[in-house]
Amino acid sequence: MNRVSAFVAGLIFAVGLVLGGMTQPDKVFYFLDVAGGRWDPSLAFVMGGALVVYHLAHRYSGRVASPYHTTRFFIPTRSDITPELIYGAALFGVGWALGGFCPGPAIVAAGSGMGEALLFVAAMAAGMALSRAWNVHKANRKGPTRIS
Amino acid sequence: MDLDHFTPWMSLAGGLLIGLSAAMMLLLHGRVAGISGIFNSLFTRRPGDYDWRLAFIAGLVVGGVALVFAYPQGFGITIDRSPFAFIAAGLIVGFGTQQGSGCTSGHGVCGIGRMSRRSIIATITFMATGMLTATAITFGLGGSL
Repeated sequence: MNRVSAFVAGLIFAVGLVLGGMTQPDKVFYFLDVAGGRWDPSLAFVMGGALVVYHLAHRYSGRVASPYHTTRFFIPTRSDITPELIYGAALFGVGWALGGFCPGPAIVAAGSGMGEALLFVAAMAAGMALSRAWNVHKANRKGPTRIS
Repeated sequence: MDLDHFTPWMSLAGGLLIGLSAAMMLLLHGRVAGISGIFNSLFTRRPGDYDWRLAFIAGLVVGGVALVFAYPQGFGITIDRSPFAFIAAGLIVGFGTQQGSGCTSGHGVCGIGRMSRRSIIATITFMATGMLTATAITFGLGGSL
C-alpha cells in the first residue's frame, strides 16, 4: 500500500503540473520574463492553489499523532540561512529560466518523450552527481573526517 | 501582459492537484514532496527508505506517458533554445537544487506552506534570479539561446 499511494501521489502531481502549464517551457519562461511585454502570470495561480491546499494539510498534520503509513513525520526543521542555500537557490533560478523546466515538470515531460526534457533530466542527474562530489570536497577541506 | 496565453483557471486547478499530492505525501508518508531531493536520492540508495521515492518518481513518469496521449497540448515548446541550452540548464538546476536543498516543490510549495524561513528565502532568491535571467535572455540575446 505504501508504494501504491506514493505512485498515485506522483500521478496526481504529474496531472497537476501538466494542467497547470508547467510542462510547457514557454509558460515558465514568459512567467519569469516579467518585463518582456508578453508576461504570463498563470504560474502564480499554480503556486497559489498548491499553497492553499498544502497549508491546510500542514495545519491538519499537527493534530494527528503520525502519518498513516509510518510512525513519524520526516519534516525539515532547520532554520539557518547558509551560503549553500543562497547560491544553490540562485543557480536554480538561472537554470530554470534557461531551460524553462524545473525538476518535476522535466521528469513528467521526459516521460512524455519530449527530447528537450530528456536532455535536461540527464544533465540534471549529472549536476546532482557534481553536487555530491562538491560536498565531499568541501568536507575534506574542512578536516580529516570523510563523509559519504 | 499576454492575455492570449493566460490560463488562470487551468493553472489554479493544476495547483490544487499539486497541493493534494503534496498533502498525500505529508499525511500518508510523513514526507515533503520535494521532487529534486526525491530524484537525487534515487542515486544515493539507502536501504529501507527507497521504495516510496521510486514509486513517486515512477508516478511522475507514467503520468507523462499517459498525458502525452490524453492532453498533448500540455507539452508544447516554441521558445528558441539549442540542445546545449537544455544541457546547461539541467546541469545548473541539478547542482543548484542540491546545494540549495530544494526546488519549486520542496521550497516553493511544501516549505512556504509550513512557513519555513529557509524556504521563503530560497523561493525569493530563485524567483529573483529566474526573472533576471529571463530578462537578460529577452533583452540581451533577443530571446534565443
